[in-house]
Amino acid sequence: MLPLVISRFSVVNSLGAGSESMLRALREKRSGLAPCGFETARIDTYLGTVPGLDDFRVRSDLQDYDCRNNRLAQLCLEQDGFAQGIAEARDRYGAGRIGLYLGTSTSGLHTTELAYRRRDPETGALPADYRYAETQNAYSLGEFVRRYLGLTGPGFVVSSACSSSAKVLGSAARMISAGICDAAVVGGVDSLCLMTLYGFHSLGLTSPGPCRPYDVDRDGISIGEGGGFALIERATRVEPGAILLLGVGESSDAYHMSTPHPQGLGARMAMQQALHSAGLEPPDIDYFFLHGTATESNDASEDKAVLEVFGPRTPCSSTKGATGHLLGAAGITEAIVSILAIEHGLMPGSANTRSVDPALKSNYLLENRQANVTRALTNSFGFGGSNCSLVLGAAG
Amino acid sequence: MRAFVEGVGLLGPGLQGWEAARRVLTGEEPFRSASTIIAASELLPPAERRRTPVPVKLALAVAQEAFQNAGRDAAGTATVFTSSSGEGETLHQMCETLASAEREVSPTRFHNSVHNAAAGYWSIATRSREASTSLCAYDASFSAGLIESMTQVVSSRKPVALIAYDQPYPEPLHSARPLLASFGAAFILTPEATGRTSASFELEFLTGEEEPARMSDSALEDLRLGIPAARALALLEALARKAQGDVVLEFLTETRLRVTVSPC
Repeated sequence: MLPLVISRFSVVNSLGAGSESMLRALREKRSGLAPCGFETARIDTYLGTVPGLDDFRVRSDLQDYDCRNNRLAQLCLEQDGFAQGIAEARDRYGAGRIGLYLGTSTSGLHTTELAYRRRDPETGALPADYRYAETQNAYSLGEFVRRYLGLTGPGFVVSSACSSSAKVLGSAARMISAGICDAAVVGGVDSLCLMTLYGFHSLGLTSPGPCRPYDVDRDGISIGEGGGFALIERATRVEPGAILLLGVGESSDAYHMSTPHPQGLGARMAMQQALHSAGLEPPDIDYFFLHGTATESNDASEDKAVLEVFGPRTPCSSTKGATGHLLGAAGITEAIVSILAIEHGLMPGSANTRSVDPALKSNYLLENRQANVTRALTNSFGFGGSNCSLVLGAAG
Repeated sequence: MRAFVEGVGLLGPGLQGWEAARRVLTGEEPFRSASTIIAASELLPPAERRRTPVPVKLALAVAQEAFQNAGRDAAGTATVFTSSSGEGETLHQMCETLASAEREVSPTRFHNSVHNAAAGYWSIATRSREASTSLCAYDASFSAGLIESMTQVVSSRKPVALIAYDQPYPEPLHSARPLLASFGAAFILTPEATGRTSASFELEFLTGEEEPARMSDSALEDLRLGIPAARALALLEALARKAQGDVVLEFLTETRLRVTVSPC
């Protein structure tokens, strides 16, 4: 594929709001995970919660879209000068030439959960103030951000569980390459809701403590919430050091709805395709970010897949011990972590992981390492066996 | 941006399969609305077949018909699934459970609740490890799927299946988001013409509010407007009529897609 420039980005999660906060937390190896205190959830687990969302208010003209997910979206758009950067891009390209491709797994579902507690006792009807299109529908996030940023280009929401906001970069790259748009806002937002907490708990996949990816005693995920956005543009003039999206690989497991392929077959295909689309070989990658959710089966199958592709030497880690699993926002968040790693020469060690499982053979980092990262790969895998790998790099 | 249509699948009220529905769409037979009959996919093993929710069955049925008509192997074909409503029944059951004191949600229901449930089951059923994406753009979901699948065909130079489907919600969600009926449509799109090609689509993205194509039959027009996936009907009618012409589809506010349909 043609390389695309990533010229702006913003990020919010339990580590803080904005990329400065995120970078500082990674440098300090800080974790944002804390015991579950979300709403009425009574589950013995840790969560990566974004503080202040309960009292956050969306822009007054977008009041109809008010829900936890869109609050988080707006909070993220307000970081890192992102909205201002898009306003400038709008002047440059025209609002209709900027596409918008966002990922989410549960959108504003928590609003529906609350509405189901307020059903009419006689008729069972949902309360009159319930707004389906603006909150529950998966596209709610897309329309909210489209209006917030004043964009009128093509767009949609990808909802393929935990690969959603990685896959949007593939869609955006194809749209730009086909001339449908000149630039695109990509990203993803997922916010806490009872369905994911109780759902992952019912599958026995939530850890009672902060999650420990690749640890010999890993015992499940910590769920987190977060958002990330990026502006990607056609690479007309590329300054040295500019961040590029170099490759995207997508595949399906064809195995099980909620368990990854035991040999990591789909994951391997996604990584190989991402490298192929970037025109790179495995040794060209300096560092990679694992999906690394900290479940027994996910880390084991991913380790098999990455060993097949990279062998045991390339350093890697997962940031899930710091942020928790951000589900539909994981892909974009880890793409932004990759950018920070490239820009600052930081290979982040894994927060919360104490002792790497000897059965896992990858070069998994427990401590931060300061080293040159020119190209990084990041993995995102989801329910339904949906896999996506991205390759990002610095222009030479 | 151009792609060739190799096979079509269709299920809707009174539109039971592409072959049967074609004569209705050309006007040779009158449209008679009837409940959409959705059979479980025999592609899935019996245990999985029982567990699949209705929207998944609907998506799998139209996808399978399109592949049969195209005479193409599903295992080697990328897919784009698009739906406004996703997994409504499962969402309703989960929300009911979460509003109850016990909150004991079913793990199967949870993994069936994802918007890409149909894509996951399809990949398991067909053993396809090709790329698959699952989209939503509210009422514009069909156009979103069409533009994504066409750009995939153009960039990968490989065939892509587009599957659009919507299943009405149960109450109380139905009152908040009424959908008229079950509707699914699937298209196998290829980068070059093949022996099975029936037409080509030339797609153009437009800004502005150009009038979208409407159905001449008022009952079919009600369907088109009443179900996001049924926005495909205008394109299906053009394919059935085998006539050259432009079909304008609604997309997001202030945007349209113009599809030039040319029979091959």
